[in-house]
Amino acid sequence: MSVNSNAVLLLIMAAVLNGVPLLYGTLGEILSEKAGNLNLGVEGMMFMGGAMGLGAAFYFEGAGGTSGVLAVILALFFAFLGGAIGALIYSFLTITLRANQNVTGLALAIFGTGAGQFIGEYMRVTSGGYVAVSNNLKAVFLNSPFPAALQELPVVGPLLFGHSIFLYLGIVLTVGMHLFLNKSKAGLSLRAVGESPATADAAGVNVTRYKYLATVIGGGISAIGGMVYIMTIASCVWNHEALSGEGWLAVALVIFCLWRPLNAIWGSILFGALMILYQRLHLGFIPDELYKILPYVVTVIVLIFTSLRNSKDKQPPNSLGLPYFREER
Amino acid sequence: MHESHTPLIRLAKRDGMPKGQVWAIRGASFLAAILISALIFLLMGHNPFGAFGTMVGGSLGKPTAIRQTVKIAVPLLGTALAIAPCFKMRFWNIGAEGQITAGAVGASYFALFWADKLPGPMLLVVMAVAGAICGGLWALVPAFFKAKWGTNETLFTLMMNYIMIGVVKWLQGGPWEGRPGSQIIPQFDSAAVLPKVLGVHCGWIIVLILTVAMFFYMKYTKQGYEIAVIGESENTARYAGMNVGRIIMRTMFLSGAIAGLVGFIVASGADNTLYSGVAAGVGFTAITVAWLAQLNPFAMVGISVLLAVLDKGADTLQTQLSVPASISDIITGIFLFCMLGCEFFINYRLILRGGHKEVAES
Repeated sequence: MSVNSNAVLLLIMAAVLNGVPLLYGTLGEILSEKAGNLNLGVEGMMFMGGAMGLGAAFYFEGAGGTSGVLAVILALFFAFLGGAIGALIYSFLTITLRANQNVTGLALAIFGTGAGQFIGEYMRVTSGGYVAVSNNLKAVFLNSPFPAALQELPVVGPLLFGHSIFLYLGIVLTVGMHLFLNKSKAGLSLRAVGESPATADAAGVNVTRYKYLATVIGGGISAIGGMVYIMTIASCVWNHEALSGEGWLAVALVIFCLWRPLNAIWGSILFGALMILYQRLHLGFIPDELYKILPYVVTVIVLIFTSLRNSKDKQPPNSLGLPYFREER
Repeated sequence: MHESHTPLIRLAKRDGMPKGQVWAIRGASFLAAILISALIFLLMGHNPFGAFGTMVGGSLGKPTAIRQTVKIAVPLLGTALAIAPCFKMRFWNIGAEGQITAGAVGASYFALFWADKLPGPMLLVVMAVAGAICGGLWALVPAFFKAKWGTNETLFTLMMNYIMIGVVKWLQGGPWEGRPGSQIIPQFDSAAVLPKVLGVHCGWIIVLILTVAMFFYMKYTKQGYEIAVIGESENTARYAGMNVGRIIMRTMFLSGAIAGLVGFIVASGADNTLYSGVAAGVGFTAITVAWLAQLNPFAMVGISVLLAVLDKGADTLQTQLSVPASISDIITGIFLFCMLGCEFFINYRLILRGGHKEVAES
């Protein structure tokens, strides 16, 4: 294999590694926005998910647990729980108490980053300075679940079978969400709630229930992204500086994907590539730090083009960010 | 209508709740926030009274503590004032973070490269103007696209934050770097540092003047009136012959300019240098300040001081009780949640089933 194609392969692997957390963050936010709830608290929920997921794996091992599979399941569950709690607060305030979505989402971002950081710090202090899981467990989170024979195939081996379990779970989730939104009756109702809640309500859809479920489940999914980041990229150590910004990128990706789950797969890998491109591909005339703002610039351009073209199927859900008051119909 | 079909609790809009009751509800939400925070302290094994005592003592107990609290409150208040006209117009500018940073960049340019060419007071004025213009121009970009093609401003302004912060990171490690490899921009010349009044940089005077000015601008000027009309209904504004696009751009420029001025105040008065964390989340927190104050400039003073007290108090908690400093974000979040939630009980009335006679519905 030539050196050049090897470098490309490494770049793709790194792009996928960095894209997977974004994939979860984006999928969760798509679900929430499809129901008309612009939850700007993704950053906070990903922090909570990251801290709680790490905590689950850490204390599981501390209590003598050795099963890697169980550790992954626990981390997934607690990360989901962390995000779901955050999203539940947001839902209660915006859906039941009708508070402004932007402001509530930002409050959740502040609260969630604080809570995640607090849990991370707390674990560090109580465990005597360093939260570390065993190398075995780290490997379970980071390495591919496929047998070595498959991974060692030339080129396609690493490309198809060389990623962490979370990529494959994420793809299953993406396809599932795509089918749910576009092929199922409940998905249709959910989209109706996001486009025109009054119409959905008149058609007998329980708007409040759909909004709650979409936002809370979406928040949980987003939070898993935080956990995946901490357990793979940050190698199982609480690192809030590295994690920060991830949630906002997910919000950007939702726009970039035009609110379609399937786009999120390649979109997140592309963003993952943009995030690490500066380490792999040095172009003398573009400084590293300017490389890093590429994802945001790209999002802005997409945002402008979608508004320019004004085609109906590439717009945000029509009632995105707006509250629904049945009494004010 | 069958009784069983009416939901257990119904809502009705209510207006004109007596002032006393409004404040009773707000007071109750405040108490609720304190109780929830106390619960968290209890769970952590600290005496809640002791913890709150430490917070209040640490933020308001000594003159030096008060000065630091004021220093935290100044950018919060200034930025909340910047956001107010946009939110009044229902233009969701969540890009104050970037506009503050842009303003700081503009001001820093003159602080770094013109300090020896301009006389002292003149330098500060030029820095302030440069900060305001840079912040305003940075805000004008999303406003232009909103006015022209209806591009979603919430997401646009959000992205602009990270672009500007990235630019500062580049400046820090590139063209404006001090000692090579340090990734730090050198300290400003003393002529480029805001003078102190009563021990705090004089930014506090600037934002207090701005508070009064913004109150009059929103309440008594033609432009303030136009903003309010657009906020109520864009169509009404159009029928009345207002050039909505132009007003959106003008208001956003003003908003960004004030945020940029805050960037100048922070860089010159507090940090004495420029770094990528110059806004430090203030752009986001200030949105909640503006909203909770219901866009009333005078109420913003109170709320930003409250949040500053929480912030500084949590800092003291960390040093004295070794509680992680992130507790300040948690407690701030709890206060915001409670205060956001309580508005519901001011604006709506709950009607229990069978409690009132059914009003004919069509």
